[in-house]
Amino acid sequence: MTVTDTPTVPAPRAKRRLTTSKAMVEAIAQEMERNPEVVYLGEDVGSYGGIFSSTTGLLDRFGPDRIIDTPISETAFIGLGIGAAVEGMRPIVELMFADFLGVCLDQIYNHMAKIHYESGGVVKVPMVLTTAVGGGYSDGAQHSQCLWGTFAHLPGMKVVVPSTPADAKGLMTAAIRDDNPVVYMFHKGVMGLPWMAKNPRATDDVPDGDYEVPIGKARVAREGNDVTVVTLSLSVHHSLDVAETLSAEGIDVEVLDLRSLVPLDREAILTSVAKTGRLVVVDEDYQSFGVSGEVVATVTDHDPGLLRVPVQRVAVPDVPIPYARPLEYAVLPRHDRIEAAIRRAVAA
Amino acid sequence: MDAQTRVSLYETMVLSRTYEEAILREYHADKGPGFDIGKGLVPGEMHLSAGQEPVAAGLCAHLTRDDAITATHRPHHLAIAHGVDLRRMTAEIFGRETGLGRGRGGHMHLFDPSTHFSCSGIIAEGYPPALGQAFAFRRRGTDRVAAAVTGEGAANQGAFHESLNLAALWSLPVVFVVEDNDWGISVPRTASTAVGSNALRAAAYGIPGERVEDNDVEGVYAAVGRAVARARAGEGPSLIEVHTLRLWGHFEGDAQGYRQDLADAPTHDPIPRYERRLRDAGLLDDAAVERVKASASERVEDAIRFAKESPLPDPAAATAYVFTDAPSAGGTR
Ligand SMILES: Cc1ncc(C[n+]2csc(CCOP(=O)(O)OP(=O)(O)O)c2C)c(N)n1
Repeated sequence: MTVTDTPTVPAPRAKRRLTTSKAMVEAIAQEMERNPEVVYLGEDVGSYGGIFSSTTGLLDRFGPDRIIDTPISETAFIGLGIGAAVEGMRPIVELMFADFLGVCLDQIYNHMAKIHYESGGVVKVPMVLTTAVGGGYSDGAQHSQCLWGTFAHLPGMKVVVPSTPADAKGLMTAAIRDDNPVVYMFHKGVMGLPWMAKNPRATDDVPDGDYEVPIGKARVAREGNDVTVVTLSLSVHHSLDVAETLSAEGIDVEVLDLRSLVPLDREAILTSVAKTGRLVVVDEDYQSFGVSGEVVATVTDHDPGLLRVPVQRVAVPDVPIPYARPLEYAVLPRHDRIEAAIRRAVAA
Repeated sequence: MDAQTRVSLYETMVLSRTYEEAILREYHADKGPGFDIGKGLVPGEMHLSAGQEPVAAGLCAHLTRDDAITATHRPHHLAIAHGVDLRRMTAEIFGRETGLGRGRGGHMHLFDPSTHFSCSGIIAEGYPPALGQAFAFRRRGTDRVAAAVTGEGAANQGAFHESLNLAALWSLPVVFVVEDNDWGISVPRTASTAVGSNALRAAAYGIPGERVEDNDVEGVYAAVGRAVARARAGEGPSLIEVHTLRLWGHFEGDAQGYRQDLADAPTHDPIPRYERRLRDAGLLDDAAVERVKASASERVEDAIRFAKESPLPDPAAATAYVFTDAPSAGGTR
């Protein structure tokens, strides 16, 4: 893993405020300009512009030969992306919701993710698989999952999960340029969509021009000394909100945005926990056998003595995401649960 | 076709449309300001079936509550035509504890064991379970059938083809129905398959395939009649595609900027058209139409009232029902 603290390619120029989805689209457009081998395919990515605005305006700019609507045949078109990547193209393929993983999982974990290894490193699969994740708007058990723990569990694909507009752009650029398969998971709640509850943090400064955010480098979203919150995606925004509230009471929360699960920036986790001695993990995926356990193990494998108090985990309690709002809010990591967990950690 | 059946097809279509109009009203009532999909009495995605009533009416006229249906993300017309309890279905859509799934499922996940009705939000994935229901029905020596319904977009999914193959191979009593409304969200049928009619695909599996044109409820009724008779007689599955119409957006909030056929779509509305036909045949008059509409509206508003007056689920019970609490039934039923 090679990571650098600073962006690799020309320094960011002017900053403008963009939504996460616009920032993501900007990166795709810039890479398509740079490299004719980049194409984007998936369901409703053409004239619709992506159900979650992942491709808005791209059809007009690049035409139907490069922004390609597919039939509802995920196994076929994801597999097609793999074959094209093997031949040196740089396809970006969209699986509309991560929840639909089941209909095309074989192509993803047995092919996209394993070809490089099985070929002894001889065959590369430089593709990006994009997919929307997350709930909070009553879309039910088949349309609200994160499942990033599942992708991250299966070896051979990088897994990136941006939470801010600037990262959405920089990580997309890095993902397209990466010679490995990269799964790029965007939470609907961070995209800044006009038809969802507005999250003020979903619009933010985005550097102009060409830059990468290195994959595998976590970001300290807020510095603090009392307790570390390790989290990702929409939960970063919630955790920052809670941290601000608690700072009025003198509780100083550090928020670490993982940005990518594979590779996982274990060093950043250890550095922060070594400083605060307290760990809260916030994860919108299912609790058991997933990201939160991995983060905890990262600390305890290294030195359980770093922890002054027991770890608090705020995740989905191993239940399908319920439809009715009171039930869904009860199981998702929202402000109330995050705040309670931080209070427990600092009180212990 | 006898007069009574024709009028009842009309009644079913009117009930379904009345229902969809009421859900449309309730869905949009409190999404503002602007449009926030997560807000309101009915949050989340909403896929309405207005325009596709002929499929449900024509299909379900041949089914009893003992026959099974697996429907799609656009399930209401099928649920209504199949006789799913309107109050409990509505309560589910409103996320209430009295709902079919106690508020856990929502509008894409309606399960009613009393009518063997179910649906799924994952495209084409309702086809395989229908095989299993048919398998169980036949194994128990009954002549019950399972109907599996998808959209034309779903016919390009692997599960569709595997299901046709297995059902044909094992002569399972399944009626496969494809609702071709020309659109898979924003992708027209012509951009998703090179085959002109999905009914032709039946040939690949050695089963009868039939396409019903023009969203014609009586055409659906006739085609399904043949397919159900075949299935009940133990002669295996059939595939029927109906050229139908998605009158509204893919989901509510869909501005349909991609769609060129909208300008004249309302004139194709199958309900006024069928109504005219029945009037011309002397089977309906103003008073009868009024009666049908009033009764539909009364049933629908009763269901909506029931849903609204029902309690929301207790957040403390959010993790209930992942597993059954009952001791194992040990294979008895
Ligand atoms: C496996 C899978 N892929 C994609 C989707 C997203 N999706 C939901 S409905 C839909 C279009 C379905 O079109 P069609 O089968 O024709 O049914 P219609 O909506 O027209 O009734 C798509 C792509 C999904 N739910 N499941």
